[in-house]
Amino acid sequence: MIPAAFDYEVAESVEHAAELLGSREDAKLLAGGHSLLPAMRLRISRPGLLVDVARLQDLRYVREDGDRIAIGALTRHHDLERDPLLAARCPLLSHAASEVGDLQVRRRGTIGGSVAHADPAADLPAVLTALDAEFVLHDGRTLPASDFFRGVFETALGPGDVLTEIRVPPQDGAGFAYLKFRRRSQDWATVGVAAVTRNGSAAIAFANMGPTPVRAAAAEQAYADGGAAAAGDAAAEGTDPPGDTAASPDFRRHLARVLVRRALEEAKSG
Amino acid sequence: MSSTQARRWIGTSVARKEDRKLLTGQGSFVDNMTLPGTVYMALVRSPYAHARIVAVDTTAAAGAPGVVAAFSGADLADDWKSSLPTAWLPTEDTKAPPHYPLASDKARYAGDAVAVVVASSRAAAKDAAELVAVEYEPLDAVVDPEEALADGAPLVHDDLGTNRCYTWKLDGGDVEKAFADAAVTVSCRLRQQRLIPNAIEPRACLASPVVDEVTLWSTTQVPHILRVMTTVVLGIPETKVRVVAPDVGGGFGSKLNVYAEEMLVVALARRLRVPVKWTEERSEGYLATIHGRDQWQEIELAATAEGRITAVRARLTAAMGAYLQLVTAGVPLLGAWLYAGCYDVDAYSLECTGVFTHTTPTDAYRGAGRPEATFAIERAVDALARELGKDPVEVRRLNFIREFPSTIASGLTIDSGDYDAALDRALELVDYDGLRREQAERRARGDAKQLGIGLSTYNEMCGLAPSRVLNAIRYAAGGWDSATIRFLPTGTVQAVVGTSPHGQAHETTFAQIVADSLGCTPDEVEVLHGDTSISTLGMDTYGSRSLAVGGVALYNAADRILEKARAIAAHQLEVDESDLEFDAGGFSVRGTDRSLALKAIAFEAWTAHNLPDRMEPGLEASAVYDPPNFSWPAGTHVAVVEADVETGAVDLIRYVAVDDVGTVINPMVVDGQVAGGIAQGVAQALWEEAVYDESGQLLTGSMVNYAVPSAAELPSFELDRTESPSPTNPLGVKGVGETGTIASTAAAMNAVIDALAPFGVTDLDMPATPERVWRALEEART
Repeated sequence: MIPAAFDYEVAESVEHAAELLGSREDAKLLAGGHSLLPAMRLRISRPGLLVDVARLQDLRYVREDGDRIAIGALTRHHDLERDPLLAARCPLLSHAASEVGDLQVRRRGTIGGSVAHADPAADLPAVLTALDAEFVLHDGRTLPASDFFRGVFETALGPGDVLTEIRVPPQDGAGFAYLKFRRRSQDWATVGVAAVTRNGSAAIAFANMGPTPVRAAAAEQAYADGGAAAAGDAAAEGTDPPGDTAASPDFRRHLARVLVRRALEEAKSG
Repeated sequence: MSSTQARRWIGTSVARKEDRKLLTGQGSFVDNMTLPGTVYMALVRSPYAHARIVAVDTTAAAGAPGVVAAFSGADLADDWKSSLPTAWLPTEDTKAPPHYPLASDKARYAGDAVAVVVASSRAAAKDAAELVAVEYEPLDAVVDPEEALADGAPLVHDDLGTNRCYTWKLDGGDVEKAFADAAVTVSCRLRQQRLIPNAIEPRACLASPVVDEVTLWSTTQVPHILRVMTTVVLGIPETKVRVVAPDVGGGFGSKLNVYAEEMLVVALARRLRVPVKWTEERSEGYLATIHGRDQWQEIELAATAEGRITAVRARLTAAMGAYLQLVTAGVPLLGAWLYAGCYDVDAYSLECTGVFTHTTPTDAYRGAGRPEATFAIERAVDALARELGKDPVEVRRLNFIREFPSTIASGLTIDSGDYDAALDRALELVDYDGLRREQAERRARGDAKQLGIGLSTYNEMCGLAPSRVLNAIRYAAGGWDSATIRFLPTGTVQAVVGTSPHGQAHETTFAQIVADSLGCTPDEVEVLHGDTSISTLGMDTYGSRSLAVGGVALYNAADRILEKARAIAAHQLEVDESDLEFDAGGFSVRGTDRSLALKAIAFEAWTAHNLPDRMEPGLEASAVYDPPNFSWPAGTHVAVVEADVETGAVDLIRYVAVDDVGTVINPMVVDGQVAGGIAQGVAQALWEEAVYDESGQLLTGSMVNYAVPSAAELPSFELDRTESPSPTNPLGVKGVGETGTIASTAAAMNAVIDALAPFGVTDLDMPATPERVWRALEEART
């Protein structure tokens, strides 16, 4: 498990990171490394230059910022899991963070890394999609979750773009659930369902039901009209799930129906 | 002599002597060893399951930074005096095609090595291996053993004209008549999916040449066999080959082999005159280390209307993979006598066909043939119970063998057992009646999570084995083992054994046996193993044989030590030997206070100042033991699962195992063996499966999608034992290394089917993944 040869630079600042990243076509940012390094060890990924941003400690925070909660891109999953502000005002995110990978992954992996990596099976991108999060880049541009994820491992980030902050609206008083169906505790989600309910409406998003995290629009509508069971029946509409050794597309659609119903029941009772 | 002694250490959970070293990072694993001047080997492996090798160009690789040499299969063809060894050809006409460390004509599985690069670092070797240009002509592949037997299937070995390796038969009693007379018959067609062994330590080997000698350090279970085979394959005199198995991190049969890489590092070290080392990458190991299982099974039972089983008929189609490794062909046959399980049947018939496929070779994987047998008979007995509308416990009780020793219909003789005792205890521990009540309640309520209770009442044969029996089944080596016990001048003891542990705690348990025999403590006994220059005679560790064969040799050697010590004591105390009694580590003259400690006798034997006439100095004795029978553990395992009938998820919520492994040397070590075995067996039922696509690509190429379970997926196992000492050895011991795996797959699958049966599901392939469970429920519904 030895990666192909690569160059390595430590970024001293966000600006420096953007400059280094833009300097070569085959450059990649290294944050927690828990997605990138395994791919490099398997030689699936062969960046020519790694720009290490892990030492930019000022990108590690969770704080209130106007009508949003602002989260620094290098905030680790473990930080999210333990953060009192999130626990009080956006518990879906701290709960979902506690379901990512295993303890070692949560101690090293970052929210920004997970978002930028854009693995359709990852937990946090789906949760952030349900939360209508916004993603802030190094130059101040802000992109909505609905426009950020473009394909498998593909995002709206251009060459030289550095994701610096994730902004989510507080969820005071909302019901929530994140149901992650997987065979083993450490596996990626076969299907993940994030749900937020408030006043008879629901925001629902899937992990691993298509090439990007995706909102379950039909289920959201059905929930408003007919409740959790109706939403479950409609859950697979408009999805494009993958087939692999964990599950076929048909089984993922089935799971989506069951898990959406269960997630909404859990969110309502919570 | 020593058998009359009170047992102080045997039966005690002595803390593992191995652990201090391992837990403080002071173990010596092959990958930690580097000699001055060491160079590193990397292999170029075929990406195709079946392809003609048109050309191999190593020029670019040879010129890459740090590269010492690069070779194709053709370049090294003259280095091999013989094909890689296969030691078990079950029939006279078994086909054993040539198998050289590097393929030169064709690649026959994805991962078959075609070229090798040696460089000054691992990374340089790996980088340069990517530069070897191999031109392949891809060919059609076949991965399923039944499809490989069909007319027109792609041939793995063209010269053979067939993919059939052998067909082997075993008959006992009049099976045809039993089926003709049967009131009830049941039949099951079962799939033993392919498994990947996953020892925690990947394979590694390091060869060091010194003049005309070579030392090979290897992650092997079989240093003695490896030395013999190094001589056979490379033509180096055995006197010039030393093989060392240092600390070895698990094997489960995957290191019971002689691998291409081991022969390559020796050949290259001799060519290049420097130490050559290779360490397997995990994903490389998935392709290039042997796999287990992979067979189709058909089993039929003939029974009376009451449910008494009169005959068993089984037919196996077993995948060999692309080549025969060390014992590939014989593995299915290690279970061939056991397809009637612990049931008293009149007639028995088994036929097994071995088949070549374009896949990684199969070979021994924990249990080797016996988990397959237990699975088939235990699934079939449950099917019989369902057919008769009886509780699975009742049908089992109706059929248990109850008189021991018992010669069974397949022809072997079970040494001892008490199958009812283990079943009774397991049902009590699990609260069988209470579980059945809860199951009925959940069914009545229509809960999403249904309860399933699965039994496996198993027996097995292990402790390989009587050499004459091994000869009768055409295994090339013997089944004996050896031990030497040596007192050092200051009174500590060396015990040199021919077995080779890789996690089994021999340094502790063997010391316990010696301590009880000689009246010392286990700490005073140093157990030496795994180095052919220290332990010169041995048959190594596999098939749950180390205690039942090697442990008995050690016990017998201790008896011989005492025999000599008694003669010295009698001489020095000037009494007749019969006046001496041995106790608490010394000989005393009966009825007096005169005595001589064994340690003092050892010193006297070393100085040799005052020994009986013509007695040789030193206090040392050896024994070689060839067992008269296999040992026959047995027991009852009960698995309890919750099956979510909406998502198909199966959760193992309880697991009770009551095993009878004869005399127990160290209960903690036995619990560890059983627990690990259960985890591996349950893994086959619920999680693990090596999946190939039609072109022969391994789709489950890493731990991401080959689902080895972790502790988080498993409950704490509830373990207990009954004890029927084996009458065939003086210690009364049986093997225990494989029982957990042999018993548990059937228990877990029977539990899954028990949960789903009310929904009309009575069959399910392994592993019982959520999708398989969901599909089975959907099919039963429509």
